[in-house]
Amino acid sequence: MISPEMRLQIAEIVTQYHFEQTELLAVLSAVQKKWRFISADMIAVIAEEMDLPVVHVEGTASFYHFFSTQHAGKYTVYINQSATAEMAGLKEIIYAFESELGITIGDNSSDNQIGLRTTSCIGMADQEPAILINGTVFTSITPSRVSELVAGMKSNSLVRDLVRIPLEAQKCYPTLHTEVRNNIRLKGPVFFCDYIPGIALKKAMELGSLDVIEWIKKSGLRGRGGAGFPTGQKWASCLASESDQRFVICNGDEGEPGTFKDRVLLTELPEMIFEGMTLAGYSVEAKEGILYLRAEYSYLREHLEVLLESMRSRHLLGRRILGTRFSFDIRIKEGAGAYICGEESALIESAEGKRGQPRNRPPFPVTSGYLRRPTVVNNPETLGCALRIILNGPEWFRSLGTPASAGVKLLSIAGDCRMPGIYEIEWGKTIREILDLCGADRTLAVQIGGPSGTCISEKEFDRRICYSDLSTGGAFTVFSRDRDLLSIVHNYMKFFRDESCGFCVPCRAGNVLLVKALEKIMSGNGTLTDLDKIQELGIMVKKTSRCGLGQTSPHPLLSTLNSFSEIYRDIVRKDVDYLSQFNLESAVEDS
Amino acid sequence: MEQSYIQITIDGREIMAKEGQSIVEAARDHGVVIPTLCDFKSLPPAGTCRVCMVQIGGRIVPGCTTPVSFGMVILNDTDDLRNLRKGLIEMLFVEGNHMCPTCEKSGNCELQNLAYQYGMLVPRFPFLFPHRKIESHLPHLLIEHNRCIQCLRCVRGVKAKDGHEIFGFIQRGINIRVTIDSTDPDALTEETAQKAMDICPVGALIKKKTGFKLPIGKRRYDVNGNG
Repeated sequence: MISPEMRLQIAEIVTQYHFEQTELLAVLSAVQKKWRFISADMIAVIAEEMDLPVVHVEGTASFYHFFSTQHAGKYTVYINQSATAEMAGLKEIIYAFESELGITIGDNSSDNQIGLRTTSCIGMADQEPAILINGTVFTSITPSRVSELVAGMKSNSLVRDLVRIPLEAQKCYPTLHTEVRNNIRLKGPVFFCDYIPGIALKKAMELGSLDVIEWIKKSGLRGRGGAGFPTGQKWASCLASESDQRFVICNGDEGEPGTFKDRVLLTELPEMIFEGMTLAGYSVEAKEGILYLRAEYSYLREHLEVLLESMRSRHLLGRRILGTRFSFDIRIKEGAGAYICGEESALIESAEGKRGQPRNRPPFPVTSGYLRRPTVVNNPETLGCALRIILNGPEWFRSLGTPASAGVKLLSIAGDCRMPGIYEIEWGKTIREILDLCGADRTLAVQIGGPSGTCISEKEFDRRICYSDLSTGGAFTVFSRDRDLLSIVHNYMKFFRDESCGFCVPCRAGNVLLVKALEKIMSGNGTLTDLDKIQELGIMVKKTSRCGLGQTSPHPLLSTLNSFSEIYRDIVRKDVDYLSQFNLESAVEDS
Repeated sequence: MEQSYIQITIDGREIMAKEGQSIVEAARDHGVVIPTLCDFKSLPPAGTCRVCMVQIGGRIVPGCTTPVSFGMVILNDTDDLRNLRKGLIEMLFVEGNHMCPTCEKSGNCELQNLAYQYGMLVPRFPFLFPHRKIESHLPHLLIEHNRCIQCLRCVRGVKAKDGHEIFGFIQRGINIRVTIDSTDPDALTEETAQKAMDICPVGALIKKKTGFKLPIGKRRYDVNGNG
């Protein structure tokens, strides 16, 4: 049973969030942070206080990775297990933590002081291995650093005091206390050049909302999150939807393994992104904006809140912006660990305080989005591009890139190259040119657009980064010839299996079956027939899944079966047509 | 407001569908069978099971959540669709533990019936044999998670007497499960338990105390494959 004090404290948290049902994630995060777990009893109290069905609170609490029913440790260490972390020595780091603490992943030290967990990519692919301790990011971890961190946690240090800020960063960000580096390697004309706040917004207001949308349409700007939907058309549809209220949401749930450019944008250029949101708000006649920030980036929260406050004081946000009749404000909502919330309708559900399950479409968010009102959901990079289009004109933007893919793209380059980091390139560059830029040689394969994208081999290095050839949300992960591609594919497939929301059958069951099928191949018990079966199942999952996750999750397998079929063919048995996945000897041993 | 009709085509047959209807609803009105599992009468569609996938042009879309539009040409009976649907049914069989011969719902089970209709002899995928619970603490209802296909019908269609939600979804991915509000065991009356059992397409929700009232051989799908 729950103590009266705890009940009172939970009630206080709920009151802080004004009993708003849409703030359930924030309430759950606060409870998890304070007590380090959310028990069934606590769920019942939260439900009662917020006037929500118990099953709703339980459903939401159990959906997100960073909430737990069991004690997660006073210090919760989340070791990110992305493919790039594996390449940078993840195994040694896990071993170091486990032997320092004498426990295994998933356990707590006996006094519940330290809990050891794993998590999906945390957006630090250029500085792996990276981990989170109570929401604070630690990067480029080595086994000796693990000893220091463990000693610090054992002696009850503040997590903040364990952070080692790189020298070059100390002056730049007074509101940030982090060891995360930005690694901007190539600057370009849209993002990493002069930016003076307020000018674009002023110009937009002179143009009027219809002309702004016209300019965005003319510029050829398409969504930079990966799906590539024409931005002008999205804004126009939102504006055309009858409603008393509209919303602009900036999708800061950058979860695709290997991408980190939104993290850098929100660190370096948040004002540009916020002004872009305001500009979108002006165009679609919205008054409220929400930045949905993934929990892994919560260390940026204060940095962003301070800036929002400063923008309000400069009349760039809030009531009567720049002395006009236009009012618009932005608030931040945090996720709690779920890749699927990068999908726009899942993000909206999550922002409403629910399980991050995608919605059925139609209706689309532009007609029925946040709180069932017309909503524009844009990637931060898209909003930044829109702002620059208003500053420099649609023709200027069109002159960059290729005729069908206008403008620039931010690439998050990581893996086997000498200069991992952010590159602002014009669309149309070949893979070979980019590999030269980032200092990659002896390259076996490049994963374009993360696991949900395409894996290409050297034969295809003359292909181009553009919407009509290799479309991408920005991840560009390089694998050298020393890498075992199948273990990378395995990592990616497990990622999708773990991040599927489970709502529809093909994504829920299909991804588990695909991982199993791959493991059979990797164990040396696969046959040529099994390869055909993987192909068939992969296509089935793609065709029948409900949202983008399942529609792309088989890509790591399908795309390497296409570009690197010899790797599979080399390890399957060619002497038999069929081998059972069931091994009698090992089953007897297990039992 | 007057109901307006629009013309669509399913497998070459012209149909006048009501505007705003889903493809599944329009087909049902005209006696065209599109298989469904998660869809249930008047409940809002969920789109969890995907067995109602149909083809429009080059795209494969779910019939239950896609509204009809003017001149839509729908394919419902192709080899590809049959194979996809059968594959989905097989996935449901391997991700749970479905032991038809001992199940109270045998003969009344929509999943079992679809498996027969689509000629499933043995699933093409390996069985996952998950460890799932049987919840028997409620006075009137047994929850047999081994048989649950997470269709969401109970979550959408069964509420407590006062209208509050008692069924929900917990966890995610392969671990997603139906759950019931355990803080209020009285909310689930005998009558509600019967409703839950009736709405469940499989044998996951079973009303306690009575069993096998209608003998096997005389049940819904025993008599007629289309129910």
